[in-house]
Amino acid sequence: MNTPLRRLSLVVALLFALLLGSATWVQFVDAGDLRDDPRNSRTLLAELGRDRGPITAATGEVLAESVPAEGPIAYRRTYPGDPSAATWAHVTGFYSVVYGATGVEDALGSLLAGTADELFYRRLSDLVTGREPSGASVELTLQPEVQEAAAAALGDQRGAVVALEPSTGRVLAMVSSPSYDPGELASLDTEEVRQAYARLLEDDTDPLVNRAVAGDLYPPGSVFKLVTAAAALETGDYTPQSVLPGPAELPLPLTTISLPNVSGEACGPGDEVSLADALRISCNTAFGSLGLTLPDGAVADEAAELGFGRALQVPLRVTPSTYPEDLDEPQRALAAIGQGSVRVTPLQVAMVSAAIANDGVLMAPQMVASVNAEDLSVVDAPEPRELGRAMSEDTAAALTQMMELVVQDGTGTAAQISGVDVAGKSGTAEVGDTDGDGSPEDPHAWFTAFAPAQDPQVAVAVVVENGGDAGSEASGGRTAAPIARQVVEAVIGR
Amino acid sequence: MAVVTQHAARSRRGTELLLLVLAVGVAVLAYGMVGLGVDGEWSAGLPQYGGGLAALALVVHGVLRWRAPYADPVLLPVAVALNGLGLAVIHRLDLAEGSAQAPRQLLWSAIGVVAATAVVVALRDHRLLRRYTFVAMAASLVLLLLPLLPVLGRTINGARIWIGVGPLSFQPGEIAKITLAVFFAGYLVTARDTLSLAGRRVLGLRLPRGRDLGPILVAWAGSVGVLVLQRDLGTSLLFFGLFVAVLYLATERVSWIAIGLVLFAGGAYVAYQLFGHVQQRVSGWLDPFDPEVYDRAAGGSYQLVQGLFGLANGGLTGTGLGRGRPDIVPFANSDFVLASLGEELGLAGLFAVLALYLVLVERGLRTAIGVRDGFGKLLAGGLAFTVALQCFVVAGGVLRVIPLTGLTMPFLAAGGSSLLTNWIIIGLLLRISDAARRPAPTPAPAPPGPATSETQIVRTV
Repeated sequence: MNTPLRRLSLVVALLFALLLGSATWVQFVDAGDLRDDPRNSRTLLAELGRDRGPITAATGEVLAESVPAEGPIAYRRTYPGDPSAATWAHVTGFYSVVYGATGVEDALGSLLAGTADELFYRRLSDLVTGREPSGASVELTLQPEVQEAAAAALGDQRGAVVALEPSTGRVLAMVSSPSYDPGELASLDTEEVRQAYARLLEDDTDPLVNRAVAGDLYPPGSVFKLVTAAAALETGDYTPQSVLPGPAELPLPLTTISLPNVSGEACGPGDEVSLADALRISCNTAFGSLGLTLPDGAVADEAAELGFGRALQVPLRVTPSTYPEDLDEPQRALAAIGQGSVRVTPLQVAMVSAAIANDGVLMAPQMVASVNAEDLSVVDAPEPRELGRAMSEDTAAALTQMMELVVQDGTGTAAQISGVDVAGKSGTAEVGDTDGDGSPEDPHAWFTAFAPAQDPQVAVAVVVENGGDAGSEASGGRTAAPIARQVVEAVIGR
Repeated sequence: MAVVTQHAARSRRGTELLLLVLAVGVAVLAYGMVGLGVDGEWSAGLPQYGGGLAALALVVHGVLRWRAPYADPVLLPVAVALNGLGLAVIHRLDLAEGSAQAPRQLLWSAIGVVAATAVVVALRDHRLLRRYTFVAMAASLVLLLLPLLPVLGRTINGARIWIGVGPLSFQPGEIAKITLAVFFAGYLVTARDTLSLAGRRVLGLRLPRGRDLGPILVAWAGSVGVLVLQRDLGTSLLFFGLFVAVLYLATERVSWIAIGLVLFAGGAYVAYQLFGHVQQRVSGWLDPFDPEVYDRAAGGSYQLVQGLFGLANGGLTGTGLGRGRPDIVPFANSDFVLASLGEELGLAGLFAVLALYLVLVERGLRTAIGVRDGFGKLLAGGLAFTVALQCFVVAGGVLRVIPLTGLTMPFLAAGGSSLLTNWIIIGLLLRISDAARRPAPTPAPAPPGPATSETQIVRTV
C-alpha cells in the first residue's frame, strides 16, 4: 500500500500547489485590478482612515478639508467653499465612500491621500517614526473673487465660464452651471449618498458634469472666427484691411443652399467688407468665403496650434476640442464660422483669447499653484509652461486691435468697461434640433474676451446654453458678453 | 541486495518541545499584535491566552512523553500553531465586530486537546479500533442522521447539519469524518483482495466485478443523500473523496478512481440540474464580478468577491494584523478565515499557513507509510487525506479555484465541532505514528521448531 500512499501524497502536493498558484494570482498578479474595482470599498476606507490633505484657493481659502468624525471612519470630507460649496463643486469635485472621487479630489487623489510616489520618502520616515501619515495640501490658482463673480454672473443659467491668466496659463476661475453640493456625496451615510447621487444622475440638466472642460463639446459659433482670422493673417496674404466679399448670402459650392448673414443684409457697401469689419460685425459670408479661399488645411493647422485635438490635464482631464478632418468645400465654409462639426470646450475658447493676448504664445492651462507636504515643504509647484507659438506677434497684435473694435463698436459692446480697453468676440451657435422635438433649440450664446488689451491680465470664455434666460432672443453679444465683463472686472478690480 | 542500515530509534520529543515553543511564541505574538494594530496596545488578556495555549501544548507534550514517546514530533506543533493563529484572527474579528468568539474558541481548543489526550491515553494500540468497524459505520449513520431529527436538528444558513440543545449547537457530521474513516479502513482492509484482484481488464484498467461495485455505490448514495437531505455540498464532497481515496489505497487500482470521478461528475451534474443553491454556487464561481450575480440577495457572489478584495488589498505582505478590514467579508472568522488571514498577513502569511497544512498532511501520510499494519495505513492515510481535501475545498472556494462550499479550515476557523474533530484526528495520528516510529521489539531468541523453517508465509503490506 505504500506506492498508492506516495502517489496520494503527490496528489496532495499538487492540490496545494494549485492553491498557492491561485493565491499568487489573487494577491499579486490580479491584485491591482481587484483593488481598483469600484465595489472594493477597502481602498477608499483605507484613504478615509487617513487625514487627507486640504484643497485651498489661491488666497488660502479652504475649499475641501478632512475633519475628524465619530464612528468607524476616522475622517469626513467637508467642502466649506464660499459662498457655497456648489460654487467650487466642479473644481474640487467630490470624494465619496461609495462613488469614488472626481475633480481635483480625483486628479490629485494620491497626493491628497499621501500615497503618491512623490511622497515616498516622507512616508518612509513616517514609518520609522511611527507617525500617522497624512496627505499633502493642494493650493489652486483659482481666485475666490473671480470664481464668485463668474458664478454670480452666470446665475442659474446652464453654461460655463473659464478665466485664464494669459501670460502663465493659470486658471483664475472655472464655473459650470448647474452645480451640486459635494458635501452631500461625501457623507459617511452611504444610503444618503446613494440617494443624492441617484437624484443628481437623473437630473436632465446634468449638474455633475463639468461643462468647462469635460461636458459634451459645444459648437463654438462665431467665436471660432478668431481662429479663421488668425489662419488668414498667418498666410501673409491678408491684413485687417484686406477686402473680402460680404454679400447677404454666400452660395455654397456643390450644394443648392447658401450661407446667410444673421442680419439678412450685406456686410458692407458693394457686397464687400474689410477683414477687421467682418470680425467686428461677425460677418458670416466674409468668413465663409475665407474658408473657401484659404489654402487647404490652413484653418485646421491654426486650430491645432491653438490647442484643438490636445488631451490636456490641468490636472482635470480636458476633453480635446475637435476641428473636423477631410472637409469638402461647403463644410469648410461652415467650419470657418464655427458651425458644421467644429466642437470646443469653454476652456479651449479661453485658450484662443489667451494666446492672442499673450503675443501669440499659448500657455498650458494649470489649476495647481503648489502642492505642499504636511511639514509645509513644497512637493510640487508647476512652473508656467508654453504649449507653443500659435501665431506671430504681428498676427496677435492685429487680432487684438480687431477684437477691441468688436467691443468698441461691434457685436460686443456689452463687454465695455469704462477706462479699460477690452478685446472680445461674440458667438451665437446654432445647435439644431438636439432634443428631437422637430424644432431647433435656442442657440448657445458665447463670448470670449481679454483685458486690458495692451497689458492682458485675464482671458475669459463664457457659454450660456440655449440662450439662457433670453431664450431664442439670445445672442453672444447680449447674453454672454455682460458675464464676461463682470469676470474681467473682478480680475482687474482685484 | 539492499543494504539495511539500522538507526537507533529516537523519540524526538526534545525537537517537539522546541517546535512547540516556536509555535506558541508565534501564536502569542500574533494575538498580542492584533491589539497593537487595532488599539495601539497589546491585546487584553494576553497572559491568560498565552498561558492557556502554552498549558494545552505542554499537557499533550507531557502525555506523549508518557504514553507515546515515539509519536511524530511535528504534528503537535503544527496543530498548536494553526490553532493559535486561528485564535489570533478570531480575536481580531472580535475587536472589529464587537463579538466574543475567541474565548469560546479557546474553550473548545481545551476540549479538543483533552479529547486528543484521551485518545492517546485510552487507545493503547490503534489496531483495537478495527474491532469496531461496524460500530463505526452505525455511529456514522446516526451522526449524519441526527440533524434531520425534528426537535434536535437545526438549519443554519440553509444547511441542516446542526443539532442543538439549548444554547449549544454542534455539527455531528464533523465527528462522522472520523467514524467513517475507521469504518472505511476496517472494511476495506478486509475486502481489499476481492476488490483488487477480480475483474476484467478493459483499456488497461482492471474493472471490478459488478457485485463488487456495491460498496462504492453505497458510499456514493450516502454522500448524495447528505447533499440532498442536508443541502451541504462540502461535506458530501469530503465523504466521497475520503472513500475513493481509501479505496484506492486499499486496492492500488486506478480504475476505482476513474469510477469514483465518473460517479462524482454524474452526481454533480444531476445536483446542478436539480438544486438552485448548487447552480448559484457555480454561477458565483464562474462570474462573481457580474453585477447581477454580485447583487443577488441570497446566494450571490458578494461574499466571495469581498473576500477576493480583501486578499488583493493584503497583497504580498498584508496590511498588518489589525490594520485591514477583514470584517467586511461575511463569516470572516469561519468560512472566510483564510481571506481574513490573507488580507492582514498577505500572500507571505497565506503561503506559510498553507505550508503548515501541507506539512501536517504529509506527516500524516508519512505515518501511514511507516506504520506496519494495513488497517493503520488506511486509517492514517484516510485521516490525513481528509484534512488535505478539506483544506483544498475551503481554500479553493475562497481563492476561486472551485465553487464555494460550506466547509471550514481545520484548526483555523471558529467552530467547536470542527476544532474537536481535528484534535481527535491529531490524537489518532499521534497514536498511529508512535506505532510507526517505535523500534521493533528485539526479537526474542527463536524457539527451535517449524517456525524457523523456510516455509513461512509472509505477507507484505
